[in-house]
Amino acid sequence: MASSLKNPDRTGWAFALPGTVLILTFIVIPFFFAFALSMTNQRLISPNPTEYVGLKNYRDLLGLAVVTLEPERDDSGAVVIDDDGEIVYPRLRTITRSDDYPQYRGMREWFRWQSGEDARIVIASDVVFMKALVNTLLFVLVVAPVQGGLALVLALLINQRLRGINIFRTIYFMPVVVSIVVVSLLWRFIYDGSDGLLNNVLSWITFGAFQPVDWLGNTETALGAIMAMSIWQAVGFHMVIWLSGLQTISPTLYEAAAIEGASKWQTFRYVTWPGLRHTAVLVLIVITMQAFALFAQIDVMTSGGPLDSTQTVVFQAVERGYGKQDISGGSTISVILFVIVLTISLIQRYLTREK
Amino acid sequence: MRMMKLTAGALVAYAALGGTAAMAQTELTMWYHGAGNEVELTLINQLIDDFNASQSDWSVSIESFPQESYNDSVVAAALAGNLPDIIDVDGPVMPNWAWSGYMQPLTIDESLIEDFLPGTKGIWDGQLYSIGLWDAAVALVTRQSTLDALGLRTPTLEEPWNLEEFMAALEAAKASGDYEYAFDPGMAWTGEWYPYAFSPFLQSFGGDLVDRSTYQSADGVLNGEAAIAFGEWWQSLFAEGYAPGTSQDPADRDTGLIDGKYAFSWNGNWAALGALAAHEDTLFLPAPDFGNGSVIGAASWQFGISSTSEHPEGAAAFIEFALQDEYLAAFSNGIGLIPATPSAAAMTENYAEGGAMSVFFDLSAEQALVRPVTPGYVVAAKVFEKALADIANGADVIDTLDAAVDEIDADIESNSGYGH
Repeated sequence: MASSLKNPDRTGWAFALPGTVLILTFIVIPFFFAFALSMTNQRLISPNPTEYVGLKNYRDLLGLAVVTLEPERDDSGAVVIDDDGEIVYPRLRTITRSDDYPQYRGMREWFRWQSGEDARIVIASDVVFMKALVNTLLFVLVVAPVQGGLALVLALLINQRLRGINIFRTIYFMPVVVSIVVVSLLWRFIYDGSDGLLNNVLSWITFGAFQPVDWLGNTETALGAIMAMSIWQAVGFHMVIWLSGLQTISPTLYEAAAIEGASKWQTFRYVTWPGLRHTAVLVLIVITMQAFALFAQIDVMTSGGPLDSTQTVVFQAVERGYGKQDISGGSTISVILFVIVLTISLIQRYLTREK
Repeated sequence: MRMMKLTAGALVAYAALGGTAAMAQTELTMWYHGAGNEVELTLINQLIDDFNASQSDWSVSIESFPQESYNDSVVAAALAGNLPDIIDVDGPVMPNWAWSGYMQPLTIDESLIEDFLPGTKGIWDGQLYSIGLWDAAVALVTRQSTLDALGLRTPTLEEPWNLEEFMAALEAAKASGDYEYAFDPGMAWTGEWYPYAFSPFLQSFGGDLVDRSTYQSADGVLNGEAAIAFGEWWQSLFAEGYAPGTSQDPADRDTGLIDGKYAFSWNGNWAALGALAAHEDTLFLPAPDFGNGSVIGAASWQFGISSTSEHPEGAAAFIEFALQDEYLAAFSNGIGLIPATPSAAAMTENYAEGGAMSVFFDLSAEQALVRPVTPGYVVAAKVFEKALADIANGADVIDTLDAAVDEIDADIESNSGYGH
């Protein structure tokens, strides 16, 4: 045994072995399982045999079509206008539930716009999944830059030699070590619509002028509320990564900049920021991946509601695969998510490559 | 492979427990959902000790799970092939487990369960699979003083409120200005509460979760005229400010009626003891009749035998033993459940003639309707829950119900009709 460890190759493999086995067992192999299952009609539990269904699951999730609704006309052929001055259209179910259009059966309205007198409606096989996709992308687009930026600001603030700076470091890092489920439960109380902490504070500092908002019960504020809470919760983690990056920058560079008479901004722009390049790539990719995996907050705080305004891709995968016992559907969502995250990560790698 | 695992499991269990159990007794294992409730644990342990001491053939050992993760544990154990001999199962879920092959028919002396409330018998495909020691019931909870102040008549089992009277009552409560909300349906309790508590409203309107004549489609029953009328009424409860919506604070759900925030609350017998302790004039009124009679949900947790049990006769012997009135009454007294038989009810404090909660026994006997008896219920329940939350939040009623129908029908189809 001792002699084999002298062989650097073998030693390397031996050290890599536990990690490789774990990654293979819990990530790589399950992924191939998911890919295979997404081509079948596998249920979580069922006495029926599993059948190969090809791309049906993908069609059921991603199917899109545009239909045109003509306005209702009265006997003289004039367009019917309702009390609000809007053109009246027949219900979409006259198409989606009609035997004349079997290809649209089971599809639902995603959004519509008006073109002339007609209404164009985008219908989707799975509107909830489409909304989940949009919400997740929105979440990533907001959280990645804001959380990364805020973490950098915090890292710069605590990267100073001040008395008691460790207290601040601890405070900023604390939310990271608390379970996300616990944090979500607490924020549910904070966001409470009638006597939550947030409403109370806002009404106190505005001397009662602020009208309480039902943060999680309102389609306009629910996703934003979850974004804010998620940013706050994980910002400390990325702050520590930034901090480690800051501390690798050689003090001599700062000394040189000071001798050259660089302003604070110039120091940051030409010394700190270039030195943080690799850290920035890492932070950006990590935040993006974590943001795509948004689940626990949704599960605890809103269950995807109200009106699907907080549905997310991973929540849908779990809801479908486990809640509705449709493992093949859940697997299909996972595969789609994998492709999206892989694509975005590759693009990020390409854009931030060493030129 | 499965046999090997089972044998290995049995050996381990034997090795672990052999020291304490009498050698002549055959070991039986049991899983139960009630971990976390101390009173319930004491009761079930007492029942098992009594059974083990009463005969020399079998010895039951129990493992308790928290209710939230119990179903997941059973599903995972079934997939892995190591279910215990005796399981307890939530009534509406039983057909799914029976159809999936986790459970075997329960062969017990039929005369033992003649007097049992209908909701306690788990029957799938013409055979008894599970039996409950208790049932649960829901009532419209309010206070006599509330009815008096609002000048409302007291509805009875024979003459419940109809839709107009119910809405007039809510309007009166709202107009009085004394309450935050007139009616608390319990939107904070997500999960099985929605189909359990609210699908009876739909059924009272004349709709249902699925067409019970074939169990092959929800088309026409969940999006027919009656269902649309139900949906519009349901939406109006929230749109017109009679009821708190999906973001209701769970704490308000628990104590809102007691604290006087709500005039009426739709709540189960399990919360009745607390309400009575707070206000002596608490009333438990029958469900309103929305056109097709008053309906409340039936079926609670029940005992059954797993398909992999090697000693179904032993498991059946335990279940028969548990069906004695003495235990039915003990569970009722301990945790407020409705005992399954009239004779057991007579032995309890609260359900005996004139007891504080005897009204629940009558509600259960008169109005209870089991949720659709089909393996597909598990999915239909989830779809229904989402549809009701969406409608409460202002989604278009017809489109939402159509979508729910499509989802339920697609699920039935991809499960080849669920064996009906």
